[in-house]
Amino acid sequence: MHMPLEDNLGLNLLAANQHQAAHNREHFDAWQLLCINVMSSPGAGKTSLLERSLPLLATDFAMAVLEGDMTTQLDAERLEAVGVPVVPITTGRSCHLDAAMVAGGLRLLRQRLDPASLDLLWVENVGNLVCPAEFEVGEHRKVALLSVTEGDDKPLKYPVMFREADCVLITKTDLLPYLPVQVERIEDHIKQVNPHCAVLRVSASSGAGIEAWHLWLHQQVAAQRSALLAMPAPQPSSAAAPLSLAR
Amino acid sequence: MHEVDMTRALVLSMQSWREGHRPQQPKVSRVNLQVGAFTCVEPEQLLFTWKVAIANSWLEGAQLAIEPVPLLGRCLACASTYTPAAEQGYRSPCCSHPMEEIVCGRELRIRSVDYELVEANPPPNPQPLNPVFCP
Repeated sequence: MHMPLEDNLGLNLLAANQHQAAHNREHFDAWQLLCINVMSSPGAGKTSLLERSLPLLATDFAMAVLEGDMTTQLDAERLEAVGVPVVPITTGRSCHLDAAMVAGGLRLLRQRLDPASLDLLWVENVGNLVCPAEFEVGEHRKVALLSVTEGDDKPLKYPVMFREADCVLITKTDLLPYLPVQVERIEDHIKQVNPHCAVLRVSASSGAGIEAWHLWLHQQVAAQRSALLAMPAPQPSSAAAPLSLAR
Repeated sequence: MHEVDMTRALVLSMQSWREGHRPQQPKVSRVNLQVGAFTCVEPEQLLFTWKVAIANSWLEGAQLAIEPVPLLGRCLACASTYTPAAEQGYRSPCCSHPMEEIVCGRELRIRSVDYELVEANPPPNPQPLNPVFCP
């Protein structure tokens, strides 16, 4: 005799991913580092920005990069060339990094260094304005890039990404003189969907705006350190319990 | 087709739910989802990828019922609610205030699961337990 049953879950569709992301974050907190998830459409300049920023930031922070790419390791090779440890994560057909892939990347990273020695861990996501907005990986901050060549309507067309971001970088601003685009309109569209995020104009090729971006990063690292001091020392369970959702 | 990845994430969450019923086996007839308009998920696409994803699995035959949830913002200047549309932008039509508060529309929620418990005949091909990877 079968009884028809109904479980009222009220749980996120992504609960399994969120569970893994929370576990990743426990480790980040135990290692006392700040994890930043960098997202944008393909070609908006994530790797170029990191190529510009990492050598300058290296005087203040110990860093590593988890580099998501669908099929190649080209971006990882570019970043390794600037002298920061990079772990490539090839996602195959998946158009975003999920929390389990990042956990796998962290395991590889730990073979090379002790993450507790890091101040900043970068996660360069797969180029995509859709999925990465919903799949958290355990990051403390989300940074979205939008290049001026993409047009000013992208924040309205892909609003979830720009809503979720803590900081939006408007990139390739050195091209503005050649484009029929008003950067003020881009900024207005971002602010419509997310009035509280930081919006900064940068150019990785000319270096314009990079100082303000680095100032924002320093503020986030300092804020995270204060937040960690205020909470009890995190003790990640070494054998994480699988998520169980039944009542 | 990012709904393929969303469906995979949903199936993973369902597997975690199933583990909580061990040693009994839930036979799922329906998964009731709420999908907000302000998400990256297109309900039609999700229905299609769901059918593909559950074929020959323990969820085979389970229906996916999607309740769409509209996007509602609240204008913090005058407290009225409004439905933003990309064409008009996300500012409130009343006061032209940016969309600070989202009342609803971000839902990607498994609201409930309809199922029967089948007494423990272990399945011929037990699915591996959903592992949590320790980084």
